[in-house]
Amino acid sequence: MADPIKVYPSKPEKVYFYGTCLIDLFYPDAGMAGIQLLEREGIEVLFPEDQTCCGQPAFTSGYHDDARAVARSQLDLFPEDWPIVVPSGSCGGMMRKHYPDLFKDTPDDVRAAEIAGRVWELTDFLLNACHIKLKDLGEPATVAMHTSCSARREMGVATVGPALLGQLENVELVEQVRAEECCGFGGTFAIRHPEISGAMVSEKVGTLVDTGARDFVTTDCGCLMNIDGYAEKNQQPIKGQHILSFLWQRTNATGEQTGKGGDKQ
Amino acid sequence: MTDTAEKSPHQIDVKEFHPRARAALHNPQIRQNFRKAMDGLMSKRTAAFEGWDLETLRDLGANIRKRALANLPDLLEQLEQKLTENGIKVHWAVDADEACKIVRDICVARDAKSVIKGKSMVSEEMELNHYLQERGIEALESDLGEYIVQLADETPSHIIMPAIHKNTEEISQLLHDKTGTNLSHDVNYLTASARLQLREKFMNADVGVSGVNFAVAETGTLCLVENEGNGRMTTTVPPCHIAVTGIEKVVPSIEDVTGLLALLTRSATGQHITTYFNMISGPRKADELDGPEEVHLVLVDNGRSSIYQDDQLVDTLRCIRCGACMNHCPVYTRVGGHAYGTTYPGPIGKILMPHLIGLDEGRHLPSASSLCGACGEVCPVKIPIPDLLVRLRQESVDGDKLHPARVRGHGAKRNTVEAMIWKGWGLMHSRPGFYRFGTGIAAKFRKLQPGSLGGWTQYRTAPKLAPKTLHQRMKERQQ
Repeated sequence: MADPIKVYPSKPEKVYFYGTCLIDLFYPDAGMAGIQLLEREGIEVLFPEDQTCCGQPAFTSGYHDDARAVARSQLDLFPEDWPIVVPSGSCGGMMRKHYPDLFKDTPDDVRAAEIAGRVWELTDFLLNACHIKLKDLGEPATVAMHTSCSARREMGVATVGPALLGQLENVELVEQVRAEECCGFGGTFAIRHPEISGAMVSEKVGTLVDTGARDFVTTDCGCLMNIDGYAEKNQQPIKGQHILSFLWQRTNATGEQTGKGGDKQ
Repeated sequence: MTDTAEKSPHQIDVKEFHPRARAALHNPQIRQNFRKAMDGLMSKRTAAFEGWDLETLRDLGANIRKRALANLPDLLEQLEQKLTENGIKVHWAVDADEACKIVRDICVARDAKSVIKGKSMVSEEMELNHYLQERGIEALESDLGEYIVQLADETPSHIIMPAIHKNTEEISQLLHDKTGTNLSHDVNYLTASARLQLREKFMNADVGVSGVNFAVAETGTLCLVENEGNGRMTTTVPPCHIAVTGIEKVVPSIEDVTGLLALLTRSATGQHITTYFNMISGPRKADELDGPEEVHLVLVDNGRSSIYQDDQLVDTLRCIRCGACMNHCPVYTRVGGHAYGTTYPGPIGKILMPHLIGLDEGRHLPSASSLCGACGEVCPVKIPIPDLLVRLRQESVDGDKLHPARVRGHGAKRNTVEAMIWKGWGLMHSRPGFYRFGTGIAAKFRKLQPGSLGGWTQYRTAPKLAPKTLHQRMKERQQ
């Protein structure tokens, strides 16, 4: 569950950027978009080179020894007191909510809890810590949005995406039926129970298509991979993007289009 | 179930979850019945809590249950003492089999031949109907949903709405076939005919068996929540009433019931209050005109005290059986209650059943969740269901040397190949240099990426590796 009360930090001089393994390998443009949005807010972005994965895949699969080994290797990456921002509710939730449990009864318990307390989902951070003001430079567009379950329920940011999109003058946000329902990915769940996961993503794509929008944005690349992958395989007329890529594209005046294109090769 | 329990016709191999789930997914009627019903229940619940400070109420519910569980042994003793003072006879059953025997012995002592039953999930857990029938005692369900399920020789597919997997047409056909009613789709007619049949049974039953929603220790009161009046008939018309309940259902005082009841009815069916709320405090007194001569309470353990031993798993016992977790579960909504093959289906079943049947038998239950958290979000007593699912996943593969598994049948799902894969994954991701080298190579040779990724690509295209990793792009940027 999300924390009952979140105490946001004031806008800092620097942040640690934790890119996540999915973004690193499959969606680096989303990561770059996040970094550029932060930099535009005047924040120096520290990208610890030794970042790999938060450990979540093994954790949710029950292999806690392996998850702990990976997570422990990440605890050294944030030595100074800057916030740690994550462009994913899922990885953010792992670090913020589950690290304290994972390191309970270990010599790293205090350090893990301290780090967990500094972890923020990036859109939440942009809106509520940086108080970002977006100026829409794009053509009129209609989009739907899928907020990941972990962003919604672990990080408590369900209202953040719509609030950010609401700042874009030319963007109309349409809501799909059962917007809060899971898209069916759930890590190894999709491999262990492919038919159930398949039924879930098929209905999610159906409700997104029914909105009439041809584009959707999401907080998490896991959901993006799932929903887009289904839509592509089944030739459904909807295409997704990480919300950070979308926000950067709509508001970027420099002409630099890092947040676009490359992820859709 | 204990090893001595006889196999019932309903006893199915819980391990065969996948084929049952697949069959349900391909059954349009099942899909439609559940989707429609769950959508309705979700919106009713939302409406019922409108204007309430739901988080505060859920905190209250969680705290009432936590406090009760913290004092469970003392409360149970107090409950026994109070009930005994009130003239209710208390029995303790270590498992389902012993609980069945207790009920049978009471019936035999009274020379009872017929039992009428109010809805009770614990009696489902005990497979009481089957047990009694084998021994020549007729047991008839009087809750309409349970009655339908019994006529169809099935088990409940939902803990609150046992026949939710059937639509009106299917029920009409069943009642026609089994009881000779007209083939009508008029719900009022169907209900009235069932009532007519049941009314006679109530009058002639030797024993009434019911469940319990809350057992109040301070006053020795058994609370029963219901809508059809069958619960009141069951507990007042026959000369003997036997209540069966899990040992976790006890609460300290009557004030505790208020908060829990407000949460229970709204979470379950979206009702502000049920049509009936029964408070049973003893058998008929000398100056009373009605009520049973004898009242018994069977307190059933059946694995609960072993759950109670664990600081984390004990949260499972907070459950007040509202069913909101299943109503909001995207997996339950798609596969329905029978796919699980367990007495309790859905999220609560996934965290409760492994304790009752062992993690070897229930090995597929904890993994059948996307961990979306909808269940935990709506649980009126804030059971952290997703966390408990993760804990049971760890138990089922013996995945944590620091916190050794303790649930019966742990480790049953562990297989060497998967353990090796995670070990390899762990080695790669805990060595940053190795990780960057590996992911760099993967990006460079991304064209060689396999197009088929098992279950993933059955429904989706494979994710596409980017030409350069974020690491590489940040490195270039810094140069």
